Amino acid sequence: MSAYRTGGTAPTADQDSAAYLLGLADDAMVYAQRLGEWLTHAPQIEEDMALANISLDLLGQARALYPRVGELDGSRRGEDDYAMLRDERDWRNVALVEQPRGDFADEMARLLWFSAARVQVLVAGSGDPVLDGVMGKGAKEVSYHLDHAAQWVVRLGDGTDESHQRMQAALERVAPYVEELFDDDPASLAVAFEVRGPLPSETRQYAVAAVERVLTTAGLTLPGPGPWRARGGRQGVHSRPMGSLLAELQHIARSHPGASW
Amino acid sequence: MSERSWPLFEVFVRAKRGLSHVHVGSLHAPDATMALRNARDLYTRRQEGVSLWVVRSDDITASSPGEKDSFFDPAADKVYRHPSFYDVPDDVEYL
Repeated sequence: MSAYRTGGTAPTADQDSAAYLLGLADDAMVYAQRLGEWLTHAPQIEEDMALANISLDLLGQARALYPRVGELDGSRRGEDDYAMLRDERDWRNVALVEQPRGDFADEMARLLWFSAARVQVLVAGSGDPVLDGVMGKGAKEVSYHLDHAAQWVVRLGDGTDESHQRMQAALERVAPYVEELFDDDPASLAVAFEVRGPLPSETRQYAVAAVERVLTTAGLTLPGPGPWRARGGRQGVHSRPMGSLLAELQHIARSHPGASW
Repeated sequence: MSERSWPLFEVFVRAKRGLSHVHVGSLHAPDATMALRNARDLYTRRQEGVSLWVVRSDDITASSPGEKDSFFDPAADKVYRHPSFYDVPDDVEYL
């Protein structure tokens, strides 16, 4: 298990921060992996490049966060230890980012929600002075990701009958994974209390407003609450696609421990 | 498939304030707004610029290689068009 919940004692402020930042890092790491899968599969080579750029921005955010998590949780682990050597139950990402790559509209719906939520988190900061720069730079990056998704959602929603229908269907498919982005898990509750920053649930209205603006322009409809919703990612409970994602991500590092080139 | 539906755009990058935009290449995009974003991702990812222009390739009217002789050769023997027939005063440094 992660350093959060060491025995029966209450977690320290550092452990709370570590757990909170690990969620932020794992969201970025796992989504970077999924976005990387688009290379050679996007509608045009220019879009391959755009999605790869977004993937690398998120990978960079994860790389900046992991060593700090290793300091705060006391394990002194580095970026490779977190990315390559953790088992599924030790990951703290939301289910949204681990879902398999769908069609292009699915990806734009996912990118829209993910970026709209994440930009709020990054703008709010972590209360960790070491990471102020990382968060500020990340906020600029994710603002661009949000714009990229918005541009495409508007074009697909306001395009042909087929593109409109497929974009709306993509929003419906992504919808059950959205609310988990705004859940107040114990670590974000603790961090929000310590630094008096906003809770994920308090950023929800701003993210939803940003998405609604895009959907209105696109002539699309915000899906209502469905019969089920994803939960459990921040506690390390993941959906089935997570296993094969980690296998692909980690198998080289695990087959050749400590290898370098 | 998509070659048909996405037009070609020419991309111009200004490397820094004070310099002109310079043509760097071309790309496909569904429209000018997306062309600007594709240009950002393709041509400024290593901090090459502070400003971008994109223009539909179709909107550029170019001189024809076939007209090269009549367009450009007549200028070759008209040296009096160059401002080289007077002395620059010594204390004018940056002319």
